[in-house]
Amino acid sequence: MGYPHEPHPNETILLSRYFGDADARSYKGWTKRGGYKALEKALGMERSEVTEVVKESGLRGRGGAGFPTGLKWAFMPEKNSKPHYLCCNADESEPGTFKDREIMRWTPHALIEGCAIAQYAISAEITYIYIRGEFTEPLKIMQEALDEAYAKGVLGNNAMGTGNKLDMYIHRGAGAYICGEETAMMNSIEGKRGNPRIKPPFPAAYGVFGMPTTINNVETLVAVPHIVLEGAEWYKAMSLSNPKSTGTKLYSVCGHVKQPGNYEVTMGFPLGELVHELAGGMRDGRTLKACIPGGSSVPILNKEETESCLLDYEGCVEKGTMLGSGGVIVFDDSADMVYQIMRLARFYAHESCAQCTQCREGTAWTTRILERILAGKGAMKDLDLLLNLADQMTGKTICVLSDSCAAPVVSGIEKFRDEFAAYINGKREPVMVQD
Amino acid sequence: MKDTAEYQPVFIGEPRERLDETLKKYPTKQAGLLPALWIVQEERGWISDEAIAETAQVLRLTAAYVKGVVTFYTMYHRHPVGENFVQICTTTPCNLCGAEGVVEAFLRETGCESLGATSPDGKFTVFEVECLGACGFATPVLINDDFLEDVTADKIPAIVKKYRDGTSG
Amino acid sequence: MGVAEKQVKLTVEGFDVTVPEGTTVLEAAKQAGVLIPHYCYHPGLPIAGVCRMCLVKIEGAPGLQIACATNAAEGQRVSVLDDEAAGARQSVLEFLLINHPLDCPICDQAGECELQNYVFQEGRSNTRYAEYAKRFSPVEDFGGDILYVPNRCILCTRCVRFMDHVAEDSVINVSERGDRAFIGKHPDRELDHPWSGNVVDLCPVGSLISKDFLHKARAWELDGTASICTGCSQGCNINIETRNAVVVRLRPRTNLAVNRYFMCDHGRMQYRWMNRGDRIEAPLVLEDGELVACDWDHALARAAQILKGSSGKAVALISPAVPNEALYLLRTLFEGFDFSGAFRVERVEEEHALSGVENLALRRERAPNVAGATILGYEEQFDSAVATVKDASVTFVLAEPLTGVDVSALTGNGNFIYVGAYLPDVARSATVILPTTIVAEEDGTYVNRDGRVQRYFQARSGPGMARPAWWITGELLAELDRGEPLISAAQAFDRLAESEPQFAELSYDTLGTSGAALKQDAVVGATR
Repeated sequence: MGYPHEPHPNETILLSRYFGDADARSYKGWTKRGGYKALEKALGMERSEVTEVVKESGLRGRGGAGFPTGLKWAFMPEKNSKPHYLCCNADESEPGTFKDREIMRWTPHALIEGCAIAQYAISAEITYIYIRGEFTEPLKIMQEALDEAYAKGVLGNNAMGTGNKLDMYIHRGAGAYICGEETAMMNSIEGKRGNPRIKPPFPAAYGVFGMPTTINNVETLVAVPHIVLEGAEWYKAMSLSNPKSTGTKLYSVCGHVKQPGNYEVTMGFPLGELVHELAGGMRDGRTLKACIPGGSSVPILNKEETESCLLDYEGCVEKGTMLGSGGVIVFDDSADMVYQIMRLARFYAHESCAQCTQCREGTAWTTRILERILAGKGAMKDLDLLLNLADQMTGKTICVLSDSCAAPVVSGIEKFRDEFAAYINGKREPVMVQD
Repeated sequence: MKDTAEYQPVFIGEPRERLDETLKKYPTKQAGLLPALWIVQEERGWISDEAIAETAQVLRLTAAYVKGVVTFYTMYHRHPVGENFVQICTTTPCNLCGAEGVVEAFLRETGCESLGATSPDGKFTVFEVECLGACGFATPVLINDDFLEDVTADKIPAIVKKYRDGTSG
Repeated sequence: MGVAEKQVKLTVEGFDVTVPEGTTVLEAAKQAGVLIPHYCYHPGLPIAGVCRMCLVKIEGAPGLQIACATNAAEGQRVSVLDDEAAGARQSVLEFLLINHPLDCPICDQAGECELQNYVFQEGRSNTRYAEYAKRFSPVEDFGGDILYVPNRCILCTRCVRFMDHVAEDSVINVSERGDRAFIGKHPDRELDHPWSGNVVDLCPVGSLISKDFLHKARAWELDGTASICTGCSQGCNINIETRNAVVVRLRPRTNLAVNRYFMCDHGRMQYRWMNRGDRIEAPLVLEDGELVACDWDHALARAAQILKGSSGKAVALISPAVPNEALYLLRTLFEGFDFSGAFRVERVEEEHALSGVENLALRRERAPNVAGATILGYEEQFDSAVATVKDASVTFVLAEPLTGVDVSALTGNGNFIYVGAYLPDVARSATVILPTTIVAEEDGTYVNRDGRVQRYFQARSGPGMARPAWWITGELLAELDRGEPLISAAQAFDRLAESEPQFAELSYDTLGTSGAALKQDAVVGATR
């Protein structure tokens, strides 16, 4: 679905207000809409006050892990002789997720403003905005906006005329899902293979170029100016369920729905309503079968779970899944779950960085077993093998890519076992998978 | 792979200036590697072993190191590709929405024998890629730097014609 | 100095161990006598934490932790045999094996393979990967002495980290991603760094193998003996590996004070001359104008007779590869003479440093005991010493190959005694020729360029009647009534230590297998 589109009345439009409004892309258009007021305000505050208000607001990382943002900033050491860095994670590559892309396409200055405030709060002079290489359009728009921000004195050696030095550069990725993992991203910025690093040391102590670093997701950062302007209480009040989940969240709904797209709702919004109402529901004659609520790395929900799940960090965990990045992938009754799970496993096998044994070999082996089942050559014991491999691929590696491969396999076998059995028992036509 | 033609350095004149400008953004020369490789690809269309050696020399790295990095990132071409490089997302959300049909149609219309192969007229190379990050606009297709959304199999003859004729603007 | 490191006490598999703070669990476990299986970890390399083999259970910590990257902490309780940890290891082994060929019968690493060992120890007895073809890539010649067998590679990245961080010359890389990854290089450059052979030792499996050693011997047929490299004055600690008394391989032996875990490629090739067949196997004496083989009693008596009947000027031409014991005894043999001892050293233009390790290089001076010879009174004045031979009553050559020395220079008015392992043509003009053993066939000590005395041990017996030079010189001294015959190299060293202040209080026992520094500031002859 393209933009502009009329927001659904049940949406809470904050970050996506100017999606579709091309005029908001320019500095002039952005300031006309109240842009950079928050940055001005923040630069007049103590650095610690900025961190404090963000901490108070309950804002949590929107990239997938849901770590409290203000707390992350507070981990940064006091300003000393070492340079500090902010990295903005715009490597949006979690299948099912396409919110950061729209934020950058429509409101590039919102991101610059969010980065600048965060940068100020953590005493960083440089921000690297790591944008995935495939995002040609967001790359172009962001670069133009940055040039403009420099020209207007928002950034540079005397940012907003306050004497603060704020530099911001785009670092273009080159095709690697794993670079969305924060330590892999830092390696990629340093000109290395995008291998995740072992932790500790954590980025706040030893980050990019070995210096104290904070990494925040695009959506997290664009929420910051609103919090600075309107206050922590206002933000915290936006919560429908659990006080630990506050504010609004963008959900990228895709797959088998009538109106795929980004929808912004308050934390605690019902997933069922998001799918059936906001995204237009199932295509005619189709019924809901399954849903992955937080990007491809989280466990799959069946119809009942989907319809009773509340969209916040705790609500998802209650259903045995995770809020993740908010990429909602919807499957209707026409979907072949075995095939789609194979497709996910193949994605992870393709993207494994090759460091950890379980991940390097396990993702590829898992894919081969699934392909074999699809080809009608599987056996029921293969399902036990898949579960056993998944168990060994979970919680044993440097990063969670291997866990992410295991999650849909485990939940898929658990919830759609009959579909696997149909291939194994010859009740379903074999599907030959090209390698 | 190796370049068969006699190698002409990339980093002289304007590309060199562009690289030097980029290097100012980073505290180390090594950090300039990904941007430098992008410059090579923009200038040459692909990254040959010779270009890898040159890039290594410019950034004071070893050729083997640079090659290890190049092979990590799938967007760097290590072989010459067609005039139009077509990348089609086939990961789960797009797959649900018919991405495989889009791939088939592209292969058929461009005349590419298989994925990764270049069409006989040298105009196209078609690639299946993992998630392009536009799942709500299935199926997204990246042709060179043009990001096409909502591509369906029926739209492909027109798209291919446009790029074959060079009228993509 | 003087500030004690903070110690932490932990238990590993029930064994208490106290280690300095900052020690990893893996190293602490070693101290407790528990080997935590691992592949990517190596004490001489930066931590990678990628093989995931060393996962252990630490009481109170969630899940499993990698022992190589977790610091030991006070009160920690570590379990290696914990079910979850054992299961994870078995799983890692299975993952490593799915694409690993079962070609142990033709693999050089078999018998010293960490994959083979750990699979045998706790791997699965069957495969669950039977239906699929294993990944296959052809063997690649990496250049230098090294072949890469990608099928056997477990991507532990030890080799890459060695080249990146120790050799500081990134000639190899990890290429590609996922299960398509392999160790690669750029076609423009071979793996020909002077220290690159270490990647073969570091490789825990048979993926990086030595062309020189290829299919030469099975690991279990080899006998290893502690020794010192003779390739230069660095004094790298090595193991001489023999099969049926043939030296087939030299490998580094850990000595943190000298060479850490490494040795250079030049040093590795030193085994070749050790197997030379053209050895002197019996003493020879000049009888009626001809050299005649005889027994030791006869030869020693003849040599003693020469020494007794000579006086005035004596010249010794020695090799700086002769151990300290013989050099010392030889000098005492000429007490009362106007004695000059001289040697020459092959010097090359360039030093080849292993840049990631402090003070470790293939040195310009290509002999193991330049410092020892200098301390013991020999001078690097070979040509001028040769020029004085014509005025000498005795000329004694010890292991010096006499290359480029004209026979006329050695046949002056005096007598010429030649002691060595090989017989150069010019030595045929000697009155007495005595066969010696070589470094692999005797015990002895060298002093390296930093003034460290280090022992080497006998790896095999010498050919025929060859004897160590300390024995020969000791016997000659006895013939001259200057002490009892010596019965061991240790005894010869004791005699040296009694008389030479720089060796004072040292003995074979105190030197052990890792050596000791000379007593005084004795760094000599190292650079010129």
